[in-house]
Amino acid sequence: MGVGGDAPGFFTSRLSDGIAWARKWSLFPYPFVTACCGMEYMSVSAAHYDLDRFGAAWPRFSPRQADMLLVVGTISQKMAPVLRRVYDQMCEPKWVVAFGVCTCTGGFYDNYATVQGIDRIIPVDLYIPGCPPRPETVLDALMKLQAKIQKQRHPLIGAVRNAGASAS
Amino acid sequence: MTDATGENPLIGRLREQFGDAIVETHAFRGDLTVVVVPERYHDAARFLRDDPECSFDFLADLTAVDRLKLKQKPRFEVVVHFYSREKNTRIRLKTRPNSDAEPSVQSLTDLYPAANWPEREVFDMFGIRFAGHPNLKRILMYEEFSGHPLRKDYPVNKRQPLIEERPVPDDRLGMTF
Repeated sequence: MGVGGDAPGFFTSRLSDGIAWARKWSLFPYPFVTACCGMEYMSVSAAHYDLDRFGAAWPRFSPRQADMLLVVGTISQKMAPVLRRVYDQMCEPKWVVAFGVCTCTGGFYDNYATVQGIDRIIPVDLYIPGCPPRPETVLDALMKLQAKIQKQRHPLIGAVRNAGASAS
Repeated sequence: MTDATGENPLIGRLREQFGDAIVETHAFRGDLTVVVVPERYHDAARFLRDDPECSFDFLADLTAVDRLKLKQKPRFEVVVHFYSREKNTRIRLKTRPNSDAEPSVQSLTDLYPAANWPEREVFDMFGIRFAGHPNLKRILMYEEFSGHPLRKDYPVNKRQPLIEERPVPDDRLGMTF
């Protein structure tokens, strides 16, 4: 029953849903832009495709003020510690979106210089394939991320957890 | 553009100056290539810059080739592209370091400051040392990187991550494209 413990009661689950609703409509992205995908990101965030419709328009160029890390472009081995530090500097709750095939798997940069997918460095919530992805794909991904946030449990104290994930 | 002997006059002039030090030449429609022995490489670059007939005052590019898979000896070849702003001509100067194990040639940084970063890149990628370079250290790869990635014997799949990697999901392992 309700207020304490891990079992979600009526009150805490309503509260969690409310927080999720607020969070999914006010994502503050941190664009970690390293390569050509950045052009596509600019296109998505500009007026024509308009990320502001989803409440995710205002890029915060400080990781401490952001809750959605958009990794846009190839990540080299030399850049990996920087990305890791930016991720560590972000406050919970935070979500990571891998934008473009280079961030998903390394893409065609199957070589000595490139990280073969950023999930080797930081946990990723959403993968957007494409080289570069179409703006429509990005909008679709954003809606999927919103759906994912809505499904997660948002306790007042403690980390955000996936719905249905075990309490441990 | 050839003289009476059928040779390009610029190459003829270099041959006159350096004689046996020239290993090989090639000329096709103004595309000139001269291969010199490494001992005279620096002299040849200086001559190309200072001689009034040549006056190649612009170092356009400096790179290298690993000829391991071509089974040619010596293994490495340093390639320099010069351009003459005055005469609007180009020439390619090549040299092959004698040692395959520790390849080394003279640096051109005293003649052309523009050679500084390209020589560092060649050192980084091929491990060719440039004697007399003021700051010969890696320029693209990180200091912790071991080996030289553009050498033909560097394994294609070899990765040297700077930070510890997270375990990758099983379905991603062993995937080939």
